[in-house]
Amino acid sequence: MSKVRVLVGTKKGAFILTADGKRKDWKISGPHFAGWEIYHLKGSAADSNRIYASQTSGWFGQIIQRSDDGGKTWNTPGSSPDELKGPEGMPKGESNKFVYEGEVGTHLWYDGTPHPWEFKRIWHIEPSLTDPDTAYAGAEDAAIFKTTNGGKTWKELAGLRHAKSQLWQPGAGGMAVHTILLDPKNDKRIYVAISAGGCFRTDDGGKTWKPITRGLKSPYELPDPDAEVGHCVHRITLHPSKPDVLFMQKHWDVLRTDNAGDQWSDVSGNLPTDFGFPIDVHAHEPETIFVVPITSDSLHYPPEGKLRVYRSKTGGNEWEPLTKGLPQKDCYVNVLRDAMAVDLLDSCGIYFGTTGGQVYCSANGGNSWNPIVRDLPAVYSVEVQTLP
Amino acid sequence: MIRVVLPFHLRNLARVDGEVELEIAGPVTIRAVIDVLEARYPVLRGTIRDHDTLKRRPFVRFFACKEDLSLEPPETPLPEEVVSGAEPFLIVGAMAGG
Repeated sequence: MSKVRVLVGTKKGAFILTADGKRKDWKISGPHFAGWEIYHLKGSAADSNRIYASQTSGWFGQIIQRSDDGGKTWNTPGSSPDELKGPEGMPKGESNKFVYEGEVGTHLWYDGTPHPWEFKRIWHIEPSLTDPDTAYAGAEDAAIFKTTNGGKTWKELAGLRHAKSQLWQPGAGGMAVHTILLDPKNDKRIYVAISAGGCFRTDDGGKTWKPITRGLKSPYELPDPDAEVGHCVHRITLHPSKPDVLFMQKHWDVLRTDNAGDQWSDVSGNLPTDFGFPIDVHAHEPETIFVVPITSDSLHYPPEGKLRVYRSKTGGNEWEPLTKGLPQKDCYVNVLRDAMAVDLLDSCGIYFGTTGGQVYCSANGGNSWNPIVRDLPAVYSVEVQTLP
Repeated sequence: MIRVVLPFHLRNLARVDGEVELEIAGPVTIRAVIDVLEARYPVLRGTIRDHDTLKRRPFVRFFACKEDLSLEPPETPLPEEVVSGAEPFLIVGAMAGG
């Protein structure tokens, strides 16, 4: 029987939740890296035992961790004895070294003045779909890095910061590449989303990037609502079978594109509020999407204290609330942008984590929900691996 | 033998218990201690000071003999008590939060 492994990044460590295909009885492992902020963990699609994790601290900076046995043990990449010797006979220890290429340049600061780029942390790691040793990392301040040696060293794909980055500006949470989508049908095409830079696409493997924001409107965030860059894109997602169709949860508005981002249209429809963070697609139904509406940019909790996932089976516009098993009173948690995922089982599982430390699972496409755990630290990210 | 005390999270990262003992060839300065520490435990590179500029991270402090040496130049010789091993050199995560 198939199994699932849910990778949860929290404010105080990582947790690994495992269950068989019924997804009723769960085993909890953790905290891994106790006391550290774990922004994201993700397994390789090419080798499910290979998992990358971003471990970070306001005191001690960025650490990259890697597991080669499905999360049982972890090491910083390149830390085995044979790997520690560099050309000069000295240890390298560079798996946490993220250096911007060339002149660092400036972006806009909160007050609109130019501010130099400063590396702070890795928000998201996206492993290659085909090579376990290749992965991409989304950084704050916003940039994308790539490794081709299992995380031992990282190199910036600096072309992204040539896409009018002098006009990017941090939001309240910082300015980061938080979403990286790899096109499963075109290995040269990558999408990234940046708060608050917008949405970008490369068609040459990361050398050059262009904004893909036509149709986005941000009248409350930008002086020019139709600006090419600067939109606060919270999350984008796609279904592997239709990689030209993307869905977006923006600061305000849920949108879709049918042409790889060349034109977006609003599909917020009958949502109670179109503010939110995560958005995801059903594993087997490319037009079935999920969001978690949040009251507003000033009130980061569900409307009326009712935690509701909204599902559209029509690719947007027509939404239905999913409430069975979710708290429908006095609930004031948030669901962060990287804290929703789907498994690949026949009856698609949907997962999300909250800032209150709950991780919920629906084993039936969202019809009903159960908490896997209730009292973790604030959940930053949720990913799921479907195992044979 | 120089005794170095690491903060909890860096001990875990380096997988050491208790103090770290280091042999320093030449003058015992702040920089020399961290150079040798990082050479022994490469995983600590970037966690105490920047990889390239070698500037101390803002929330890391250096204490020895009841003195805060964090703002001293990296070439500053450490006190004789540290050089002799009578006192440890402390690398500390700065107090922050409430």
